Amino acid sequence: MTTSQPVLSLRGMTKRFGTVTAADAIDLDLSRGEVLALLGENGAGKTTLMNMLFGQYTPDSGSVHVWDESGTERLLPPGQPHAAIEARIGMVHQHFTLAENLSVVDNILLGTERLFHLNRNRRAARAKLEALMTHSGLHAPLDARIRDLSVGERQRVEILKALYRDVRILVLDEPTAVLTPQEADGLFVSMRSMVAQGLSVIFISHKLREVLSFSDRIAVLRHGAKVGEMATAEADTHSIIRMMIGEEHDAPERSPGKTGETALRLSGINVAPGRDTGGLLDVSLDLKAGEIVGIAGVSGNGQSALARVISGLVAPSSGSIETATASQTALTPRTALAQGIGRIPEDRHHDGIVAALSVAENLVIERLDDPEVSRAGFLKRSAMAKHAEDLSAAYDVRGPGIHARAALLSGGNIQKLILARVLETHPGVILANQPTRGLDFRAAAEVSRRLIAARDRGAGVILISEDLDEVLSLADRILVMHAGELTETASRDRSAIGQLMAGHAA
Amino acid sequence: MIEITPRENPSRLLTAGVPVLAAVLSLVLAAIPLAFAGAPILDAYGQMVTGVFGSAFAFTEMLTRATPLIFTGLAAAVAFKARLWNIGGEGQLYLGAMAAVWVGTGMIDGPPILMVPLVLLAGAIAGGLGMLGPAVLKTRFGADEVVTSLLLNFIILIFVQMMLEGPLKDPMSLGWPQSEPIVDAAVLPQLMEKMRLHAGFLLAIGTAVIAHVIMAMTVWGLKIRAVGENPAAAKHAGIPVTRVFLAVAFASGALAGLAGVSEVAGLKGYLTADLSPGFGYTGIVVAMLAGLSPLGVVASAIFIASVFVGTDSMSRAIGVSSFLADLTVSMSLICVLLGGFFARFRIRRLKAGEAA
Amino acid sequence: MMDILQIFLSDSFWAASLRIATPLIFGVLGALLCERSGVLNLGIEGIFVVGAMMGWLTAYLTGSLWLGVIFAALSGGLFGLFHAVLTVPLGLSQHVSGLGITMFATALMSFSYRTIFPQVSTPPRIEPFRALDVPLLSDLPFLGPVLFQQTAMTWLALLLVALLWWIMDRTALGVAIKAVGDNPDAVNAQGLSVIRLRMGAVVAGSALMALGGAFLTMSAFDAFFFGMVNGRGWICIALVIFASWQPGKALLGALLFGMFDALQVRLQTEAGALIPGQVFLMVPYVLSIVALIIAARKADYPRALLQPWFKGQR
Repeated sequence: MTTSQPVLSLRGMTKRFGTVTAADAIDLDLSRGEVLALLGENGAGKTTLMNMLFGQYTPDSGSVHVWDESGTERLLPPGQPHAAIEARIGMVHQHFTLAENLSVVDNILLGTERLFHLNRNRRAARAKLEALMTHSGLHAPLDARIRDLSVGERQRVEILKALYRDVRILVLDEPTAVLTPQEADGLFVSMRSMVAQGLSVIFISHKLREVLSFSDRIAVLRHGAKVGEMATAEADTHSIIRMMIGEEHDAPERSPGKTGETALRLSGINVAPGRDTGGLLDVSLDLKAGEIVGIAGVSGNGQSALARVISGLVAPSSGSIETATASQTALTPRTALAQGIGRIPEDRHHDGIVAALSVAENLVIERLDDPEVSRAGFLKRSAMAKHAEDLSAAYDVRGPGIHARAALLSGGNIQKLILARVLETHPGVILANQPTRGLDFRAAAEVSRRLIAARDRGAGVILISEDLDEVLSLADRILVMHAGELTETASRDRSAIGQLMAGHAA
Repeated sequence: MIEITPRENPSRLLTAGVPVLAAVLSLVLAAIPLAFAGAPILDAYGQMVTGVFGSAFAFTEMLTRATPLIFTGLAAAVAFKARLWNIGGEGQLYLGAMAAVWVGTGMIDGPPILMVPLVLLAGAIAGGLGMLGPAVLKTRFGADEVVTSLLLNFIILIFVQMMLEGPLKDPMSLGWPQSEPIVDAAVLPQLMEKMRLHAGFLLAIGTAVIAHVIMAMTVWGLKIRAVGENPAAAKHAGIPVTRVFLAVAFASGALAGLAGVSEVAGLKGYLTADLSPGFGYTGIVVAMLAGLSPLGVVASAIFIASVFVGTDSMSRAIGVSSFLADLTVSMSLICVLLGGFFARFRIRRLKAGEAA
Repeated sequence: MMDILQIFLSDSFWAASLRIATPLIFGVLGALLCERSGVLNLGIEGIFVVGAMMGWLTAYLTGSLWLGVIFAALSGGLFGLFHAVLTVPLGLSQHVSGLGITMFATALMSFSYRTIFPQVSTPPRIEPFRALDVPLLSDLPFLGPVLFQQTAMTWLALLLVALLWWIMDRTALGVAIKAVGDNPDAVNAQGLSVIRLRMGAVVAGSALMALGGAFLTMSAFDAFFFGMVNGRGWICIALVIFASWQPGKALLGALLFGMFDALQVRLQTEAGALIPGQVFLMVPYVLSIVALIIAARKADYPRALLQPWFKGQR
């Protein structure tokens, strides 16, 4: 129920970092009870803009105007995080900002109580929270510790935290990244009812389908500038993508490949759940050469465990792993590499590269004992340099040079470095865990192209992704992971797969 | 308000200049306690300089003092490079010294060509095992090696006292708790007539060079750096993280053990419970001041030895407490830590109303 | 065997246990407060020395023991502030900074003592805290000697356990400190200052540590000696893990430790002829390592411990 009553207006917001203009005179208006979707590739300026709104950055120029209930206009002082909170603007970050060792209620009340007050009366606070939960339809167990909650519950706590402070404007940053399609739908229903009561929402997302179904208006950022704005009713996928990347988006053409022998067979794999990861229940998987098997699912359902088993980081409690050359009960990173399993890890910064080592060193780190890399324990520095130059050119790894620390590369270039390292050895099996997460369209398309090329060359590829659209566009076969179990589905229907992701039989 | 932003690529000059500046600054800061003690400040600095550079003897004394510091500095540098917090250098030094005494006081008899390497080897192994323990407790039980290696220092020192009053006690020592002297064949030879500087110094330099070559040019060095910087990625890349960690622990302990051997077999000739005035702990400062570079360790050990020897000499002449040396050394550690910050980050004052 | 039983039945044994535990109670509480906020404070060993020296010196110069206690806490807090500045806003290595503080504090205290009292043959002494003789209660059998013949500083330590428990468990401040040690972003997002909370916790924790040192010179002994802290700070760092960062368990850990230490002293007199005395001296350190090994596996470290936090970075 969009009204014409304005609540927020960003005018001419500009921020430069050195020579880069991260935000270039961006205007943005929000009305009471409106859902505005903010779209753009990575680095388009969404985060910079929000950081200016919340006072984390001081804009070089531009102003933030807010209107209070009575319609009085006010300027938000720049660069003061408190100002946004006091103006009742709240944000739900993509990475939850919850203290896991505390209870739900402690997290929600954190910062709302006077620190040096001796007396703590929580009865009123609890009553308000109960009312809020009934009102919004967002429920969370108040006295449970955050660490015992599911991801979906944690997100509800995040939103309740903002609502408890009576926010009038709520910014949601990629809120559905960690939810099942059903959970996401539930979230939208709740948000819709809050919006009907006058809440205004800025909604940042990559998922065009959600943007189209949930928002009232769409603003698109590219290279730090606003390149378009339209009512959602008048928008369609193609026009949005054209605006975001400035040209027609060519989805990688998928044609079925020629499958061959079994490249990797997992039989009856069991892994006990860990503190942060789900376990695996009797998982079997038969990967043929020349196919891409896509594994869909909401993160935390055992995908990490599966990836860790195939990477050799975790030994299953039972089951067997068979590759083209050997059969065993468990792999190690070394044996996985020796048997031709190339691994693109989920967290490329954490597992993929050693940031303090050079690009050249990172490119050979998986085969240090290879005679091309070392002799008698000594590194062959010049051979490594040449190898690095060649690979960087072939895979278009851009940065300050092969002797620079890998830390200086951008996320997309780090992923290209890892791709180069994995693909140059022509592995028979490729495990690609969330290979395009956080990459912009161009870099993501490049990764997809490389994976398809590897498949066409005859590699078996396991693609784990929480982006269902990516799985649908790349995979030859689709399996769904839920609660540690892997189910194959012939369906390519979103809602049918969504049912499986939520644990309902199709 | 100030804003702190990381420098994209800190310049080499800055990185290399910081330890030098820190060292100089700590010397300058020493003027404050000197003034507090009512000493003539310029005179005191003069005494310190002549105490180190005033004569060939003074200079070699300083190098003699630097010798164990090079070893303990290397022990800390190698360990810290792999993010192994070996704070037990002091204890490992004593283990090395004890092993040297045990092997070198008549248990085996042979020519120097055999005895010297044997004593060194024994000390290295003893020291190495002394750090392997905490490292295993870390990998097996997750027990923090900072605390265990620290506490081991106390245990080992008490153990040394016990041994010196028991099995290792020299019956000829008239009741003093000290060991029998090392046999002549196991003694590290003096380098110059009438100077106490001994072959341990050359050995220390050689060891630093070897450590440098290993860290910079070999697969092992790369593995150590990878494990230290990002163990998860190292493991993912197939590097045996635990094995590298344990090997580094052993090597680090062995280096500290060599410090003990060098003191016993090169300088003192026998073992007492006050063999080391905290060389193990000072090694940490040496390593930090060297930016964990093995070759840098030689330079920073010489600097810190100069502070100790110079202050001792000044203290005798002017009567200011020689604790001033410990004070200067600890300030140099804090200065280099702060300096590292300024090398890595850019600090900008913000105008009123701005926020970081 | 009978002898050991007798030891456990004697009130002097339990009184000694509590006495030995007192400096550790202060130290563990201090370490707990720092670590709960996400900052490891290896300056503890040096801050013990600061408390011992400054408390004693103040009492020596002014004749007031309580002024000494206050000054000990203040100067401990000052060194804590130093550590806090280096590790919180500047985000420097907590390990290195802590060791640096310990070295600096120890050297400064030793230098100052030597400069103020050049070459004294017998160390100057003060009149230390006496046992509080609570009327009636101290005459109780067993409990009297154990509890009611301790010095005021022991009572202060016990009081602080209760106070810290209450703060951590029952106040908004405690919740905020626990939150900042778990996820500083959560605290920042709610409009609280990560920097101030952490610095405050480190300063307050360091003041507590210094009280542990002050107990040594003003209650356990009556003079300052070099090396008198003798690793007690490090032992506290081990005990805080054993105590899973909880004040109640910290008291328990310190008491258990005091018990074993008191026991070894008594066993030493019993069995001194058979076993070298040094074996007993090792006991406290060995025990700390054992406690650490037992606790380490299931230790629930504050998640943000050792992690520097900078505004505007995630």
